[in-house]
Amino acid sequence: MSSNKKYWSSVEELKDSSMVEALKQNEFSEVLPVEGFLEDKEALDDSSTSRRDFLKYVGFSTAAATLAACEGPVIKSIPYVVQPEQIVPGVANYYATTIADGFDFANVLVKTREGRPIKIESNRLAGANGSANARVHASVLSMYDSNRLKTPQIGGKPSNWLTFDRVLSGKLAEAKGKVVLLTQTFASPSTNKLISEFIATKSNVSHVVYDAVSNSEAVAAYEEVYGVRGLANYDFSKANIIVAIGADFLGDWQGGGYESDYAKGRVPSNGKMSHHIQVEANMTLSGANADKRYPIKPSKQKEVLAAIYGYVTKNSVNVSSDSSKLALKISKELASAGNNGVLVTGIQDKDAQLMALAINNALRSRAFNASSPKLTSQGDVLKIDNLVKEMNTGQIGAILIAGTNPVYSLPNSSDFVKGLKKVGLTVSFASTADETASLCEFVATTPHYLESWGDTEINKGVYGLMQPAIRPLFNTRQFQDTLLKLVGSSLTFDKYIKENWKTSILGGKSYNKALHDGVFVTDTNEILEANFTLPSLSFNKSDGLELTLYTKTAMGDGQQANNPWLQELPDPLTRASWDNYLLVSKKDASNLGLENRNVANGALNGSLANVTVGGVTLENVPVIIQPGQAEGSVGLALGYGRKQGLKEEMQVGVNAYNLYKNQKAVQSVVVEKVSGEHEFACVQLQRTLMGRGDIIKETTLEIFNTKDKSHYNAIPQVSLDHTETPVTSPDVDLWDEFDRTVGHHFNLSIDLNGCTGCGACVVACHAENNVPVVGKSEVRRSRDMHWLRIDRYYSSEETFEGDNAKKEGFSGLGESLSGFGSMEEPSENPQVAFQPVMCQHCNHAPCETVCPVAATSHGRQGQNHMAYNRCVGTRYCANNCPYKVRRFNWFLYNGNDEFDFHMNNDLGRMVVNPDVTVRSRGVMEKCSMCMQMTQKTILDAKRDGRPVKTGDFATACSNACSTGAITFGDINDKESSVAKSLEGDRMYHLLEHVGTKPNVQYQVKVRNTKEA
Amino acid sequence: MKKVTHRNSISRLFLAIAFLLTFSSTFTVTQAQEADPKKGKELFNSLCAACHKRYKKATGPALFGVTERHSTEWIYKWVKNSSALIASGDSEAVAIFEEYNKVAMNAFPQLSNADIDNILAYVMEPKAAPSQSVVGGQSGQPSRDSESSSGVEANIVLGLLALVLVVLVLVLFLVNKTLRNFANQNNIELPVKEQRKPLWKAFLDNQFLLLVSAIFMLLLSAYFVYGYLMQVGVDQGYEPVQPIHYSHRIHAGVNKIECKYCHSSARVSKHSGIPSLNVCMNCHKSISEVAEATQAEGLKEYGVNYNDQIKKLYKATGWNPEKQAYTEESKPVKWIRIHNLPDFAYFNHSQHVMVGGVACQKCHGPVEEMEIMYQYSPLTMGWCINCHRETNVKVEGNEYYEKIHEQLSKKYGVDKLTAAQMGGLECGKCHY
Repeated sequence: MSSNKKYWSSVEELKDSSMVEALKQNEFSEVLPVEGFLEDKEALDDSSTSRRDFLKYVGFSTAAATLAACEGPVIKSIPYVVQPEQIVPGVANYYATTIADGFDFANVLVKTREGRPIKIESNRLAGANGSANARVHASVLSMYDSNRLKTPQIGGKPSNWLTFDRVLSGKLAEAKGKVVLLTQTFASPSTNKLISEFIATKSNVSHVVYDAVSNSEAVAAYEEVYGVRGLANYDFSKANIIVAIGADFLGDWQGGGYESDYAKGRVPSNGKMSHHIQVEANMTLSGANADKRYPIKPSKQKEVLAAIYGYVTKNSVNVSSDSSKLALKISKELASAGNNGVLVTGIQDKDAQLMALAINNALRSRAFNASSPKLTSQGDVLKIDNLVKEMNTGQIGAILIAGTNPVYSLPNSSDFVKGLKKVGLTVSFASTADETASLCEFVATTPHYLESWGDTEINKGVYGLMQPAIRPLFNTRQFQDTLLKLVGSSLTFDKYIKENWKTSILGGKSYNKALHDGVFVTDTNEILEANFTLPSLSFNKSDGLELTLYTKTAMGDGQQANNPWLQELPDPLTRASWDNYLLVSKKDASNLGLENRNVANGALNGSLANVTVGGVTLENVPVIIQPGQAEGSVGLALGYGRKQGLKEEMQVGVNAYNLYKNQKAVQSVVVEKVSGEHEFACVQLQRTLMGRGDIIKETTLEIFNTKDKSHYNAIPQVSLDHTETPVTSPDVDLWDEFDRTVGHHFNLSIDLNGCTGCGACVVACHAENNVPVVGKSEVRRSRDMHWLRIDRYYSSEETFEGDNAKKEGFSGLGESLSGFGSMEEPSENPQVAFQPVMCQHCNHAPCETVCPVAATSHGRQGQNHMAYNRCVGTRYCANNCPYKVRRFNWFLYNGNDEFDFHMNNDLGRMVVNPDVTVRSRGVMEKCSMCMQMTQKTILDAKRDGRPVKTGDFATACSNACSTGAITFGDINDKESSVAKSLEGDRMYHLLEHVGTKPNVQYQVKVRNTKEA
Repeated sequence: MKKVTHRNSISRLFLAIAFLLTFSSTFTVTQAQEADPKKGKELFNSLCAACHKRYKKATGPALFGVTERHSTEWIYKWVKNSSALIASGDSEAVAIFEEYNKVAMNAFPQLSNADIDNILAYVMEPKAAPSQSVVGGQSGQPSRDSESSSGVEANIVLGLLALVLVVLVLVLFLVNKTLRNFANQNNIELPVKEQRKPLWKAFLDNQFLLLVSAIFMLLLSAYFVYGYLMQVGVDQGYEPVQPIHYSHRIHAGVNKIECKYCHSSARVSKHSGIPSLNVCMNCHKSISEVAEATQAEGLKEYGVNYNDQIKKLYKATGWNPEKQAYTEESKPVKWIRIHNLPDFAYFNHSQHVMVGGVACQKCHGPVEEMEIMYQYSPLTMGWCINCHRETNVKVEGNEYYEKIHEQLSKKYGVDKLTAAQMGGLECGKCHY
């Protein structure tokens, strides 16, 4: 039966067919110019290339190209002419050195291969300030920064040191007016001595220390009481009650580095752990780890502190009733702990700091170490202000700026720039053409700390040495060497240090030993005399919004802004990379009309706002709504928004230093919404656990101490013939179990009590395993390559326990739907939990069974292997992985101009670890449990003919973890910590009910919620 | 041929003159009458040769003619304790000390005056004309001649035989032809062969056979194509021309230098390491020329002037053999790497050499016979795996293996464990 139906391909065809007809006739509307050429008979005839010739050429070139491609490349090997004794190609050397960049101070070890520094490790010698944070771990990459200046510059033009010295010393001699040395805090006894020698050469030289992020008030308070310009030092392992008021001591408060001591007291042992109370405005790492957190805006924090001061020292203090109530609660707890309590504060107010000192003194706090202050922050705000004034009045004849970038980081930067133009001689000691260096006439190009000599005194009496791990890559000279030239000394700085140490520090001990150790602790236990004055108790009433400026884990004060590892390191709390943003509480956001929303691909978009502090407006600041942000307060990170001396990709964020008036972190602020949206690059979009308490298991100290394991860490049950069977039973397993008692069997243990979320492990993993950086737009597409991520979860009720109870309580579909919907939203002041997740190295791995080419397989030592050269990129494994830890190389990330990060230039590639393959496009990759490191440990033992010592096995993350939250070892070695923790009551596996039998253990998080 | 013999006669003449000279000079040196140059040679080689040569300056001066430059008594003193002599302010001694970069000569108090006499007798022998190799050639000549003459004879015999054969075939053909002619003339019918179907047609008609052979051909070609593709990137036998003609045969073979003396990092590192040039100079400071026989052999067999190669080394290190000092600028040698493993394969020399006790030759082949280093093994994964399957792990005397050996032998019921049984076939052991 034939049909007369007419089918039309579009409505247009039915309605008006003329256009469609025309198109039908002429499908390709553009006319190809073939005819024009072919018709031109003359040109065709004249052309000497016939069709046959053309085909011949094509044929020949194809054949030639094919043949040429068959030729293998000739690889050259160039040995040393004279091989240095210590260097053996293929064997790593470690050198002890110290980072002291003015913001981060730490004693570290540098791993070098064939003379190239490739990784930073913590220096674990007793007494060392060895806990390296994420920035310190990443600092090795900053040395291979292709934007570094390669020669000294005069007037923006490359010069050489001979000319530079001649011209500079001539100009310095003629300088009229004062000569000012504006430097970072060096905390270096030799540099300080040298500077004082320089000052002595002339009558009009002065030295101004400037810290981009100031601790002026805390230093002043300490100086007033103890007579030393320093920061009070604490040992949190000795405290049972820790009270922090506006002090993110697990972050960058007073230079950081407190987390390892803190964590010692946070792991329950003998039924005890410390109790941590945090009073703060922004949600910080410390707040996230606290047992009890009070979100309180900054102006009220001082009231609380004052009231506690009143209770502890038995002074009467007049504050509002709610502050007083909270203070009473806290001071009762402090009182119950006696000398095991400690209180710290980050309120930038001399009186507040004096109160904190007085409280700890009154408590006779064991955690408070008055005799060994930190000397890493010597800046004085008043002196800077004075300097800017003098510059503008033309009193300054010459300024030498070393290690700081005031044009970028001063709030009154425009005044400084104006003043700089009136200074006759401007010299910048910088390694890149940053904002300040590009305005200075002379740029004395300085080397990276890994190319320099130096010394430090981070804590009083604890000395460190800095030694070069590589010859300077460029024609650079360190600040101190230039200074030595200016004072007319013939010494180099390394000789100068040695002399200075021998005469005034070592006291007869070996310099070589100190250099080898990198740290030298003097025995002097000088007790500083305390001299308390009564702090004045005045409070600023503030009704408006208050801004708290803070430093982000990744970027710090911003000097490493050109470091792609740090840019891509997500913030531990917001999980956003490549950005800074205004943190706003949910309530304030709805009042101001600010929004966060997830777009179609799940990525986060945020509103934009103008932020005004005292007449200075930062425009179009992106907004993130931060659970736990105190109402009436907003937060913004310093260290972003740099524009000069950086690659374009790294010029992200807004410069919050513009709002850092008088270098005070707290400012009253006006926020108004503006149109437009910002696209964030977050690596984690879900915020809550949705009541799935088996992902992060946690309990309270009380339950942990009194109840059986099944109460807080029950093994999941599955049904086998209608009987509940533990999932660990072999009866319910799909696979047959292998004998895993032979040889090594590696386990990684992650103690959720110890993990503060600091992110050092993430950067260490990048460095060790050549993890590529993918850039902001790729991170936004969830294509980040981190082998190790630290998940952060907020509770949607007050506590995670509340979440679990709520979920259990749902009845019926309707309640579930609405209930789960509401559980996606975190609470106003949520509990926070961090969970590092890497490949779980499942003994019964779902990824292995689905790989069509057997590229991923299981090793007998418990590791899940990934053979990159075998992988064909089906991505089945990633789809079948319940933990989402496999990462796919969507692109070639090395030597690709689209990803112009360190792996796209020869200099940046020098940081690559030669023991680990650099993966190519189209292959899957994941955590290998640092196979190269376990293999090396085993080989070393074999070569020495001895069993592997307990504790020798390590991974990059376990090495980097200064809190000891990540530990690694062999469970067949019964003495190892992982073998012990495997049998412990707190041990559980992630998604245990899936039955994957992972080799990564998690230890149940215990919160000490019981209040005294 | 003639020319060669002519040259031989000339060199023979030289030899005779040289002998004469030797005798005459030994006659002139009176002390040497009872001295024994043979014993002297032994002593010289064991004690002096590291720094002295007879006819050439090395670390120390050339020793030929030393008795003419210094008195014998002085030489006794100098040899037994040169530094004491220098310290005593002896002008001759100080002058030498100054001339040779203030490098003090070892003291040899163990040498008696007779020993020194023997050495002097040896070093005072005048340089022999370079005739050894020619002499060798001479002695070799007759044998080669006889060889070639016997070859000629055999050829003649064979040629004759072939001729006989050809004649025979021709005769038979002619006989056949004549017989046929006879038969034709006598009208005798010759039997006619039955016309058969040609084999190829039969083959084409048999479809089954065709199909089978087509499949066979396809499989065969697939086999060869696969074989061809599998050898892409396998550089077995790769023998690139190196910037310096370095003979492993001379170093490892003739002189029996231990592999790990030069490739010392093979003991501790994943790389065996190309030795840095200072390692070469440990010996080549005093070895600026190879033995004459070796030189001649190099020229003849390999077309290489070994002495020029040593000069290249001196140029690279900046060593000035005249001044015995590093005076020039050094230039590293850009060797061409022979054994190239892909980036994704991890191989550790120390694991195999030190822990496994595998001989270098196992993978690198008879290096001691290689004039120029080449890649002996295919270095494919199959090759690695095969060895791991076959090789027993050397567990004796290594405490690391004690426990695992005990456990695994129980598990597999064997006493010896192969690398594979120890886990040496796992992907992640070599790929990470």
